[in-house]
Amino acid sequence: MKRVVITGVGCITPIGQDAASFGESLFAGRSGIREMTDRPPDLHFTRTATVEDFRQEEWLTASQRQIAERSSAFAIAAARQAVTQSGIVAAHPSDSIAIILGCSVGGRSTEDREAEKLHKHGGRIHPLTVPRVMASAGTSLVSMEHGITGPAFAVSTACASGTHAIGLAFHMVRSGAVRAALTGAHEAPLTYVFLKAWDSLHVVSPTACRPFAADRDGMTLGEGAAVFALESLESAGARGAEILAEIVGFGMSSDAYHITQPNLAGPAAAMLRAIEDARATPDDVGYINAHGTGTEVNDRVEAEALHRVFGERARTLPISSTKGLHGHAIGASGAMELLATVLALRANLLPVNAGLVGAVVDPALGLDHVLIENEPASPSLALSNSFAFGGLNAVLAVKRHH
Amino acid sequence: MSQVADECIALIAKQKSIAPEQIRLDSTLEELALDSLDRVSLAFDLEEKYDIEIPESKLEQIKTVRDMVTGIEEAVRQKSADLSTTG
Repeated sequence: MKRVVITGVGCITPIGQDAASFGESLFAGRSGIREMTDRPPDLHFTRTATVEDFRQEEWLTASQRQIAERSSAFAIAAARQAVTQSGIVAAHPSDSIAIILGCSVGGRSTEDREAEKLHKHGGRIHPLTVPRVMASAGTSLVSMEHGITGPAFAVSTACASGTHAIGLAFHMVRSGAVRAALTGAHEAPLTYVFLKAWDSLHVVSPTACRPFAADRDGMTLGEGAAVFALESLESAGARGAEILAEIVGFGMSSDAYHITQPNLAGPAAAMLRAIEDARATPDDVGYINAHGTGTEVNDRVEAEALHRVFGERARTLPISSTKGLHGHAIGASGAMELLATVLALRANLLPVNAGLVGAVVDPALGLDHVLIENEPASPSLALSNSFAFGGLNAVLAVKRHH
Repeated sequence: MSQVADECIALIAKQKSIAPEQIRLDSTLEELALDSLDRVSLAFDLEEKYDIEIPESKLEQIKTVRDMVTGIEEAVRQKSADLSTTG
């Protein structure tokens, strides 16, 4: 089995449109959560984490602009950054590179617009609606731009889509099924219908998301993309590519329990499987980038799962959710959080659980080391957790590469 | 050149990122590298603009920019004829 390393990253997020600016915001605790400028009526919340000033015309060719709606445009921009940094496309045969991208909801903006036209005026739907709306459009457009002809598909597991996608890509490179992979996730869910749909679930914060806080009152929706270039340690070493981090484990599970309510057994199993897949033990884990959505139930159940896996150590384990910064970008959130984890390992600095400023960590969770500020540390192993609606869980284990 | 012709050429130029001067009425859609998806997309944009419907059978016969212009002008004439009959 091969060791798998990250040699390129790219992102378009509410807190930065490349990895360097994402990292600056991450460690400055600068949140991308803001009042919506064009707010639909009748919502119980006013804030989202929106990607502002994303200039599609700078990233997309004329032919890409015809097909790519916002979600795919994020994918194209983030993937190009990862390809440029890593050089994997030039370094490997095009049919030995995989593209696996997470995307939960596809092209919402196109679907909303066409549906509104249809319901108001009847008539026809734009012929590009299908290729714009399909959740795999981003994967196809990235493949076309870079001429990548290996295995390519999209993964849809709601809020765990990105983590599942990256985990599958990691396993494919590790097993030697492919030599390299572009993987991550993209999502643009901030449309009128989707915002209203989330509003109806009563899980969105009327203020701003503050995971693990005693007075937490829900999640904050976000959007964006993060994409990674993966390859084997030996190929990265042979061509002198810069190694950003090593992915060492991936665990998945299903709660088989409820379509929205989480259950502690599933998340705990996914964490344990990721640790086992990394040939490690829970004692090796020194940082958790939590799923931490900021809803009452999610954070409570994640804390219980952490106690199940780490026992008494859960109290002292450094934990942060970075959703208070970049928001919850649904399928793309796991990819952004892996990026946060990778940057933390490289900087030897664990990022603050943003949103907690002025709030108190919920004592009922039994997590005494939720990071109220950045903390210098060099953990030997870090986990990035994603636990989706419908009980679909995915966890990645990463290491700093020495 | 008619307004419809100018409109068609402008749309093709935008869609394919080519200069409008490179597009002649006798240019074939094939020469302009308009694939089937480009063609249905272009037809849709023109139909929306002129509030017309080009019959499927007509669409298949359009080989050049001139055919396209003629198709639209016919559909526009047909529409106003229908309106005057019903009105």
